[in-house]
Amino acid sequence: MSERQIQLEVLRYNPETDSEPRFQTYSVPCLNEWVVLDALNYVKENLDTTVSYRWSCHMAVCGSCGMMINGEPKLACKAFIHEYGDQIRVEPMAHFPVERDLVTVVDDFIAKFASIKPYLIPKEEKPVSAGEYKQTPAELLKFKQYTLCINCMLCYAACPQYGLVPQFLGPAAISMAHRYNQDSRDGGRDQRQEVVATNEGVWECSFVGACSEVCPKHVDPAGALQQVKVASTIDWYKEHLMPWVKK
Amino acid sequence: MGEEMSSKPYVREIPKTTWFLRQARYKRYMAREVTCIFIFAYTFLLICGLGALASGPEAFSGFVESLRSPLGVLFNLAVLIMTAYHSVSWFVVTPQAMPIQRGEEFVPGNIIVNAHYGAWAVVSLIILIWGM
Amino acid sequence: MAKSNKPIFWSLFAAGGTVTAFVTPALALVTLLAAFGANMDMFNYDSIHAFAGWWLGKLIIFGIISLSLWHAAHRLRVTVHDFGVRADTVVAYTVYGLAGLGTLLTIVYLLRI
Repeated sequence: MSERQIQLEVLRYNPETDSEPRFQTYSVPCLNEWVVLDALNYVKENLDTTVSYRWSCHMAVCGSCGMMINGEPKLACKAFIHEYGDQIRVEPMAHFPVERDLVTVVDDFIAKFASIKPYLIPKEEKPVSAGEYKQTPAELLKFKQYTLCINCMLCYAACPQYGLVPQFLGPAAISMAHRYNQDSRDGGRDQRQEVVATNEGVWECSFVGACSEVCPKHVDPAGALQQVKVASTIDWYKEHLMPWVKK
Repeated sequence: MGEEMSSKPYVREIPKTTWFLRQARYKRYMAREVTCIFIFAYTFLLICGLGALASGPEAFSGFVESLRSPLGVLFNLAVLIMTAYHSVSWFVVTPQAMPIQRGEEFVPGNIIVNAHYGAWAVVSLIILIWGM
Repeated sequence: MAKSNKPIFWSLFAAGGTVTAFVTPALALVTLLAAFGANMDMFNYDSIHAFAGWWLGKLIIFGIISLSLWHAAHRLRVTVHDFGVRADTVVAYTVYGLAGLGTLLTIVYLLRI
């Protein structure tokens, strides 16, 4: 097994003692098949127990270990050491406040995500005795891709509009709204549109497309947002030109 | 909202005017966005031409003559490059904005993109033949 | 939060973006050849006057010019914001005003042909 000495530059910030972040470099003997998360774990176990970062599953499922790796939003568990040179710089996800070291404050995302009602709102409640809500494979395909989102927030770290206008509802929240709107069992679109079809909702998006490029699960939030724009535009014309048409 | 863990999270400011220099994909995005300036300018050039056309043959030949200045040539060359960039950047994202689902699968994105390129070639050919 | 009125501008932006993507590079190429001194039909008074005098010709010219304008205007509004200017209302009035003016001029000129 080949081993390589990597200079791991880690952004450090201690809210109790620091007025601003700084970088600290650790020399880490990395095995070639390691990911950046393994290098961080090595630091934590052998060199410096004070380094703080989030992680859990180590297999791109939990969405906890998002960070900037050489300036690019990545899951640390999916960023292979062999794809990098001898110097790797890790920083907390861009566009989020830094809680401590690589840990960010994500309350803003959580609140936005909740605001789009990310759950099925059935068209009509059925008693359990009425049986299940059935769905064909074609109906499932309409939204399946968006269910793969793991809420890792890399799309927010990539989106310059979210960075510039923090009120922006953002890629993952709007994609998840689209996921439920597209679901044949759901009837909650009107409620979600109250949040999504606003200036700070989908209309803050200018289709940079960065969200889809960094998404580790290939959700394509950028595509979802454009589809939401098209649907919201049709709504607008219906509401203003044909007010007699009931939705 | 959860319990506040720290009293002073650190907020990193984003430079409002130079943010796009940080990543190559942001630069590509801005290049796409500024194509609109060339489309705007070229369309006003067409409106000027239309105005000259409405004023008679002399005004129109004056307009055509003004195109032949070095500045006119340079301007039109820039317009050609930038509008072609707009076209490519517009067509490559159509499968994202307007996916086509047929039954239990999506039409592959590259088929949609290539169909647009094909139509673009046909329209361009018609305009070139008509314009010559 | 109120629903946005951006759909009206975005729909013109999207329609115009599609039209201009298909036609403008070829038009610009014809213009460039004319600028180089070639005798192009598009810049021959008699033939273009006849085209612009035909009702369908008028419609095509109007469609291409007005949609391209509204496409460019809306994207310019976003671009100005991207370059750090935060006076969105003033910018919006300016760019849409320019597009409106261009649309009006096009109608006036076409009616005079």
